[in-house]
Amino acid sequence: MTAVFDLDAVNVSFGRVQALSACTLRVDAGERVALVGSNGSGKSTLLRTLHGLVRPASGRLAHDKHLRQAMLFQRPYMLRSSVLNNVALGAWLAGVKWAAAKGEALRALERVGLADLAGRNARALSGGQQQRVALARAWVLKPQVLLLDEPTASLDPTAKREIERLMAEFADAGMTLVFSSHNLGQVKRLASRVIYLEHGHVVADRLTHDFFNGPLPSAAANFLKGELV
Amino acid sequence: MNTFSDSASTAFALITSLDPMLASIVLRSLAVSACACAIASSAGLLLGGWLAVSRFPGRAGVLALLNTALALPSVVVGLVVYLLLSRTGPLGFLGWLFSFKAMVLAQSLLVLPVVMALVRQTIEDADRSHGEQFASLGAGRIARSLLLLWDERYALLTVLIAAFGRAISEVGAVMIVGGNIDGFTRVMTTSIALETSKGDLPLALALGLVLLAVVLLLNVLIALVRRWREQLDDSAPHPPRQLAIEGARS
Repeated sequence: MTAVFDLDAVNVSFGRVQALSACTLRVDAGERVALVGSNGSGKSTLLRTLHGLVRPASGRLAHDKHLRQAMLFQRPYMLRSSVLNNVALGAWLAGVKWAAAKGEALRALERVGLADLAGRNARALSGGQQQRVALARAWVLKPQVLLLDEPTASLDPTAKREIERLMAEFADAGMTLVFSSHNLGQVKRLASRVIYLEHGHVVADRLTHDFFNGPLPSAAANFLKGELV
Repeated sequence: MNTFSDSASTAFALITSLDPMLASIVLRSLAVSACACAIASSAGLLLGGWLAVSRFPGRAGVLALLNTALALPSVVVGLVVYLLLSRTGPLGFLGWLFSFKAMVLAQSLLVLPVVMALVRQTIEDADRSHGEQFASLGAGRIARSLLLLWDERYALLTVLIAAFGRAISEVGAVMIVGGNIDGFTRVMTTSIALETSKGDLPLALALGLVLLAVVLLLNVLIALVRRWREQLDDSAPHPPRQLAIEGARS
């Protein structure tokens, strides 16, 4: 398998706070990796580091320079503009001319089932619809890797199911997914592999079946027990 | 004509009859301040936006200077522009002293720090809040700055209106560099100062009332823009509270 990310002893700190500590992991093409752990465990920092938004203080982060990747945030930001313009922005920033970007944006909106809302004010959409717009904005970049930071954390069950369905479809199409989640049911449904983080350190890294059924380091086992209560 | 009520009734008569001298002074004032605001806003939006997203050694010092410039007395700006434009000054060759252009230049310099500082703060706050999402789409600093300027346009409209208010109500700078020449560089504030010193209180009062009306109109505009923004924000859905974590049983 080809590695899309290869981290070796990566450290990230914000002032005195050590957000990632000697973080070592590898993500291969086509994997669906779930990052789990309590709040402040470093999941978001790891995703931001993988996406290049945060620079490691030390360690090695190797990835293909031509790798196309996109990131989805828990609360996607929508410009005070139409849904179509919000999606076209992604393509335009990637170097596509505005007219062509709008065409691609419309196709991306069709992909996530929101083409009929293209002319609406993006800020007037529901949280679930905004997250689908953000998925379209990511999809328009034709990413090989999609990073998602708790993409369904503040959504109702219906919107959550819709986002999960799209994530599964993207993964089935060959896209590598790395997502953080507090929803272990979602992790079970979507992930092929689970990484448990604590204090910015990888404590457990297992295939999904092994994570939920096999022996785990005590910290990860306690987390799982707490979450499953 | 030395009582307030007599002056006020004459002032109202001047306003309602659209007195030509009063009208020309008001129009000149509006033109000077509008030109100054257009120039200062064009530069201030870009410079403030750039300052909001850029990081360089000495930035803290630049911000301290900028914030100090917010309290710049208009007479000091007038004096500096006077020295620049005077015959022996570095810009004396332009021949702008005691002209409309000199007043526009002085008011532009007076308003520029106001626009820059407020734009910088607005855009920096916005960048801190969601600039990372634009960066994740591949937007560099400049693209991010321009996107945020566009996205914060309603907040920035308030800044521009406030800047116009600052320009039209100042007296020191235009008095020094314009010279308060009748029919040429006389504007509302300089006229009020002159007519009061001459004892022509009705004209001074009429100009004062117009100036107050302009400032009132600006405040109404600011309030309307604010309400419009609030309505826009209210139309956006609030995210529901985070739902209980679904367990692995699901």
